Amino acid sequence: MRWLTQLKMRFLMLTKRQHAAEQLEDEFSFHLEQQIAENIASGMSETKARQAALRTFGNPTLLREQTRETWNWNMLESLLRDLRYSVRTLRRTPGFAAMSILVMALGIGANVALFTVVRGVLLKPLPFADSDRLIVITEGGDEVSPDHPVAGGIFEAWKQQSHSFSGLALTGGAEFNFSAGDTTGTQLAESLHGANISANLLPVLGVQPAFGRGFTPADDRREAQGTAILSWQLWMRRFGGNRAILNQTVHLNSQPYTVIGIMPAWFSYPDPTTQLWTPLYHDKPTALMISRDQHEFRAVGRLLPGVSESTARAEISLIVNRIRSQHADDPYISLKANTRPLLEDMVGDIRRPLYVLLAATGCVLLIACLNVANLLVARAAARKKELAIRTALGGSRLRRIRERIVESLLLSTAGGAFGLAFAALALKWLVQARSEMTRVESIHIDATVAAFTIAVVAFCALLSGLISAFSSGDRNILASLQSASRSTSPGQSRVTLRRVLLSLEVGLTVVLLIGAGLLLESYARLRSANLGCITDNVLTMRIMVPRMQGSQPAQLVNFYEQLLDRVRALPGVKAAGFTDVIPGQGYWEDANFSIPEHPALPAGVGLFAINRWVDPGYFNAIGIPILKGRGLDPSRKLDRVDEVVISKLFADKYFPGEDPIGRHLRVTDGTAVYLFRVVGIAGDIRYSLGEDPAPIQYFSLLAGVKNNGSLIVRSSSNVEQLALPIQRIIQSLDRNLPVSDILTMDQLLGRSTVDQSFNATLLVGFAALSLILAAVGLFGVLSYIVAQRTSEIGVRIALGAQREQVLRLVLADGLRPALVGLALGLIAAAGTTRLIQSMLYGTRPLDLTVFTAVSALLLAVAAGACLVPAWRASRLDPVQALRSE
Amino acid sequence: MGKPSDLVQGTLDLLILRTLQTEPKHGWAIAKRIQQISNEVLQVQQGSLYPALHRLEQQGWITAKWAESETGRQAKFYSLTTAGREQLEKETANWTRLSQAINLIVSEA
Repeated sequence: MRWLTQLKMRFLMLTKRQHAAEQLEDEFSFHLEQQIAENIASGMSETKARQAALRTFGNPTLLREQTRETWNWNMLESLLRDLRYSVRTLRRTPGFAAMSILVMALGIGANVALFTVVRGVLLKPLPFADSDRLIVITEGGDEVSPDHPVAGGIFEAWKQQSHSFSGLALTGGAEFNFSAGDTTGTQLAESLHGANISANLLPVLGVQPAFGRGFTPADDRREAQGTAILSWQLWMRRFGGNRAILNQTVHLNSQPYTVIGIMPAWFSYPDPTTQLWTPLYHDKPTALMISRDQHEFRAVGRLLPGVSESTARAEISLIVNRIRSQHADDPYISLKANTRPLLEDMVGDIRRPLYVLLAATGCVLLIACLNVANLLVARAAARKKELAIRTALGGSRLRRIRERIVESLLLSTAGGAFGLAFAALALKWLVQARSEMTRVESIHIDATVAAFTIAVVAFCALLSGLISAFSSGDRNILASLQSASRSTSPGQSRVTLRRVLLSLEVGLTVVLLIGAGLLLESYARLRSANLGCITDNVLTMRIMVPRMQGSQPAQLVNFYEQLLDRVRALPGVKAAGFTDVIPGQGYWEDANFSIPEHPALPAGVGLFAINRWVDPGYFNAIGIPILKGRGLDPSRKLDRVDEVVISKLFADKYFPGEDPIGRHLRVTDGTAVYLFRVVGIAGDIRYSLGEDPAPIQYFSLLAGVKNNGSLIVRSSSNVEQLALPIQRIIQSLDRNLPVSDILTMDQLLGRSTVDQSFNATLLVGFAALSLILAAVGLFGVLSYIVAQRTSEIGVRIALGAQREQVLRLVLADGLRPALVGLALGLIAAAGTTRLIQSMLYGTRPLDLTVFTAVSALLLAVAAGACLVPAWRASRLDPVQALRSE
Repeated sequence: MGKPSDLVQGTLDLLILRTLQTEPKHGWAIAKRIQQISNEVLQVQQGSLYPALHRLEQQGWITAKWAESETGRQAKFYSLTTAGREQLEKETANWTRLSQAINLIVSEA
């Protein structure tokens, strides 16, 4: 029953504390009254009796304190007292409080935001059942092509012969011309990014549609009726979330498809922009699906329990190898298989940049803590006398440390609250700005993030509180009472501590600045990389022509010719062309070829190069020079297309020391073989901004095999104004033809470098923030030192010191920690920038320009921050200064 | 005048519990009683009883009630709880053992 009594006491002490205090007073006075009464009874006078009673009783104030210490919740009570005290102190210096809270809010906010991103994107398991058993499989060849997509025939062999997987599924990207209603309907047609998936993909991932059903093997055949599954977002956007769409027909590339299911809102696979899914084996020709050397797909497999990834990789590699040796005449069959965990496959590219950014925010936080610690130390110094008096009166050292930590806890908690709000805003912006980022949908502020925030707040409170507490915990604190009222020298150790803090701050800032500088330089190089074609005043727009029934190649060619004729006739258009892939847009596809004029290659060796389908006017439109020979012949169409233009690198690599004009390329497309005559050599271009130019073969669009690509229009000025008239032309040719990605060349390239620009911008932001913090720190410390030395400087000036000398003296005093920090930072940066080497383009991690520029910037800012206090010191009026004490 | 720390650690608690064994008492009476019984040998500074009393109360060994004292004024009377009685027995046994051992050492040596 004792626990019950204790519980009752606990409750009483919590709720009736005030009452208990009153009772204690009563108890004491009763005791004294009794004693006085007894003393009077034994013959003392009333005054004497009172004095004697107090003597036997002891010091009531001390006893009251000691008694209260035995009460429950005493810790809490004294903590509350400290808290109240801290709030009062902070309220008395609102500028200091606001500054510290702002600094903390920025530091904590940036960390929480980045941590939320890292957790959502990199750390959270994928939302699939047992997602750690899911692996992505690709094929691999020799060092020329160590990793490439999977061929349908190889996948078939894996499926039949492998014993490592409980399921193997195949996916391929697809672009759809989507329209709901009938083909002649008024519904808006749009171009959508989707995916072809094998029927078992959803079961392999362990996912079910939110409504309706998934694909069955019966749907996943060439001869089956078309079926489609919509993403939640597409369903909401186009059909307002109406379930009546199930079992209705929509048109994809003018073919009817029945909507059989809607995926849950969180599901997006293979990438965040996928909006609908169709069965792979229904959509793709059977010949492609059994081909062993047309590498077009990605495989995903679920490992059986107990089977490791390496075992599975060895097994399927062996299968590829066996097929390769069975078909030794086909050099385009791969040598092995590559595997990686699904999560790794999805986020592998953004892992390093995200961790680099997280590390940067960590530095910012550290700088913020050091700055707040610095401010606290400065204040402790200003309150030196007060603290000394309290120590003299018996205030314990532990108590002072606790008080300081409570104070910094208060600051960092307020900072954390604002920081969390700031992080929420930043994340909201990020999710919108980077909607194409992998797993962006899994970025949320949740309980873990809240726990992280609390941990960060506690860390900041402890760090800045302890630093300042230990600086004021000098054992000789009483010395300040003894030292004369004239503050001649500020406690030397305290100033040393602040200088060390400043050097650390500056050092971290230098590391951040150099990292940011390198990324910025790299981004600038990337954007200024010569693409090999004209990028000014070039407008592009993507068009997808649905495959018509019947004589489609002729119709396609007719469409392209009409389109280009009418666009070229528009006023303001200097040139127009059409290509399936724009320079800088990516690798996209390559084609195998051989050169009949050359001796046969040894078995197992095959040649391949990037291929592009372009209209004859394309070279002129985008400004790729024809270096030799001529361009493609516009009069050769359809079956009569037998010409190819090759790039300079292609000529150098495959026709070394000979004239390629008039030679031939034999191109195999699955089963068919075509012969093309080389008619010209074009200038090299970069297929991607970050990559070196590669050999390219250009075929004529007029063959009528490509039904999608981009229109390229060049003008002398304001090319964007042409977008609407061109769209009107396209509408008049075919009202159901969706146009997408209407972008100038500059915008297109900006989009392809959005990652680099994003990383560089954020890092520059963090570096700028820490530069400001470091400058504020320098300014604060130097101002403080000058204030402390006012009378000393006054004496110097009175004794005849030149004002320039004083200026130099104070400047040197302030710049010393900046120089030490700069040296530290440069050394640290030289060690750490190697970590971001893989994020750099055309920039070495030890780039001299960046290191020099950062040093100069830092010195300039440091000098600027020190100049004001130094100037003030040199302008001191000695009479005033000496009188001010 | 001795301070409580001059007493053997924990002895003050034992003395208080023992004093309360017969009947509830208020603080002043406890102080008087300890002085009386020990023939004024144990001169406890009276006020230092209170931290001990409050601690024992928080721990549930004793409980307090406000009642009218012999002079007619309200006073806080402390009394043993059941758990307090058991604690007293335990501590008395401990004390006996300890003092016997010390006696033994003092007389033998």
